[in-house]
Amino acid sequence: MDKIPVIEVENLTARFGDDTIFAGVSFQVFKGEILVILGGSGCGKTTLLKHLIGLYRPPTGRILINGVDVNSRSAKKLRKLRMDFGVLFQSGALFGSMTLAENVALPLQEYTDLSPAAIGSVVKMKLGLVSLAGYENHLPEEISGGMQKRAGLARAMALDPTVLFFDEPSAGLDPITSVELDNLIKAINAGMGTTMVIVTHELQSIFNIAHRVVMLDKSAKGIIAMGDPKDLKEHSPDLRVTSFFNRQPLEAKEVSA
Amino acid sequence: MKPAKKLPAQHAIGVKGEPGQEITLTLSGRLALDNLSALQAELQSRLEQLRPAGLTVDLAGLEYLDSAGALALIQLQGESQARAIPCRLLNLSEEARRILDLIDPETLTRPPLIPEERVTGFMDQLGEASIRFASDLVQVITFLGDLLTSLWYVLLHPRSVRWGDVLFYMKRAGVDGLPIIGLIGLLLGLILAFMSSLQLKQFGANIYVASLLAVAMVQELGPIMTAILVAGRSGSAFAAEIGTMKVNEEVDALVTMGFDPVRFLAIPKVLASMLVVPLLTVYATLFGLLGGLIIGVLGLDLTVYSYVTESQRAIELFDILSSLVKSVVFALLVAGIGCQRGFQVRGGAEAVGSATTSAVVAGIFLIIVTDSAFALVLHYIR
Repeated sequence: MDKIPVIEVENLTARFGDDTIFAGVSFQVFKGEILVILGGSGCGKTTLLKHLIGLYRPPTGRILINGVDVNSRSAKKLRKLRMDFGVLFQSGALFGSMTLAENVALPLQEYTDLSPAAIGSVVKMKLGLVSLAGYENHLPEEISGGMQKRAGLARAMALDPTVLFFDEPSAGLDPITSVELDNLIKAINAGMGTTMVIVTHELQSIFNIAHRVVMLDKSAKGIIAMGDPKDLKEHSPDLRVTSFFNRQPLEAKEVSA
Repeated sequence: MKPAKKLPAQHAIGVKGEPGQEITLTLSGRLALDNLSALQAELQSRLEQLRPAGLTVDLAGLEYLDSAGALALIQLQGESQARAIPCRLLNLSEEARRILDLIDPETLTRPPLIPEERVTGFMDQLGEASIRFASDLVQVITFLGDLLTSLWYVLLHPRSVRWGDVLFYMKRAGVDGLPIIGLIGLLLGLILAFMSSLQLKQFGANIYVASLLAVAMVQELGPIMTAILVAGRSGSAFAAEIGTMKVNEEVDALVTMGFDPVRFLAIPKVLASMLVVPLLTVYATLFGLLGGLIIGVLGLDLTVYSYVTESQRAIELFDILSSLVKSVVFALLVAGIGCQRGFQVRGGAEAVGSATTSAVVAGIFLIIVTDSAFALVLHYIR
């Protein structure tokens, strides 16, 4: 893998009021890589993701995607940046009053000058990519949760972004649907070379798709491990890391040790 | 491949070979989303102009290909296939091959499982609207029945009412509404007295401004205006609240826990409204009369005493009581329709919005219809 950094996080701090969620977080995501952000509940995974996509403005630190600061004040830069990444939200976040085709067409209508026919063909292709061919005229409420996520993914990929962010893609899905979604994520990563950042705590998913993981911890208020998940599971000197990967609560481990 | 995105957004198509013969198209540069329309149109027209016996697409000069570019290539292959022209892609890079493999050509032509909504004629729409209206009417009546049986149950078992909720909604619908209802009552009284005084002055009948205003405010405007304001303030809020709970499956949770959603959610709101709206009506009427008094005293040189006695003479106890009964019925309708519209919500945010609108519109409609019924009945009772 060529190591071109696509996302650069430098010395990032997140705060809610006086509460510091994490501080001094720095890492890079390289081109074509699937990076998983993981950690126990409340460690700030989702907060970090919301910082990465520019929904939260950090008190200190900065985040660059393809060299552009996500908190840039230039509307032109932000517009270009928003075309460069897509986000799949936890619930899919499809617009309930629009059909799937209209949902996927939305970014195409906003950001390109394509004719309606061309947009129609791209929409059909994107829905086909996520195995939803034929569902153009369905409303989100008429399809299952797994299908809603795939439709959300089709919308996130509408503009062929260089980066895709996923918030808990397997949350609320049965194991088989969840594996199917993971395989779809892997296929898109392999086929289009899209860089992916995924927030999840599903171990099975992590070992299946992650090239590299960044592990956050609540008490450490920052990153406690970074690297290949299988390596970390076997060789990490940090008990917090190995206990997470081996599905053992920390206390029990300490008692037996 | 991605850094190529910064290059100028251009593609070039070269043609080798004679029309009707074996043709080689060389596609180079950038095949991407932003030039998809142009690319599709050009490829289509080349195919039609050249009518090749065989087609080879040389992609050696390709700098950037995204899924939209791949789509154009697959469409070209499909188009050639439809015209029985053998088509092959040459010099395909590994990366481009992977993107092409991702797209399943069959999905591009698969018809939608739900056909697009057809445009219907006037008669169809009229028919659909009538059916919708009829079923809506049935639903409203059913809900009213539910509501009345629940109210009857509550009357027999007053301890089953969530009185904390009732107090909360009494505050929301009543106390919080006092400023706006007082203000509008006062202004209505001022306007009405002023406009009628302009007419009555001509006949020297200034003193009748007081009786006109008293009759109008007590019998009609007080109850109607208050009910309309409550429909706008609280009926809509009830619809939005219950509608959102419906969307979030909270109503389903109540049902599975064995609660009757009507008794749990609607009764406190309806009871609170029925208790508070008559009080608001009295309050609004008093402010309306005060507005009339201000005009009478300042503009028509009446004394406060003569204005008040004239007002008293114009209204009887029966008028006040009937107006209170009216306001209780209005409250039942407005709060009831608000809750009913909320329970009707299916789907998402948009459905909540339309339920809220519909709660206000249907509420005002019911107020006016019921008021006409009251006018008739009261006329004969009196």
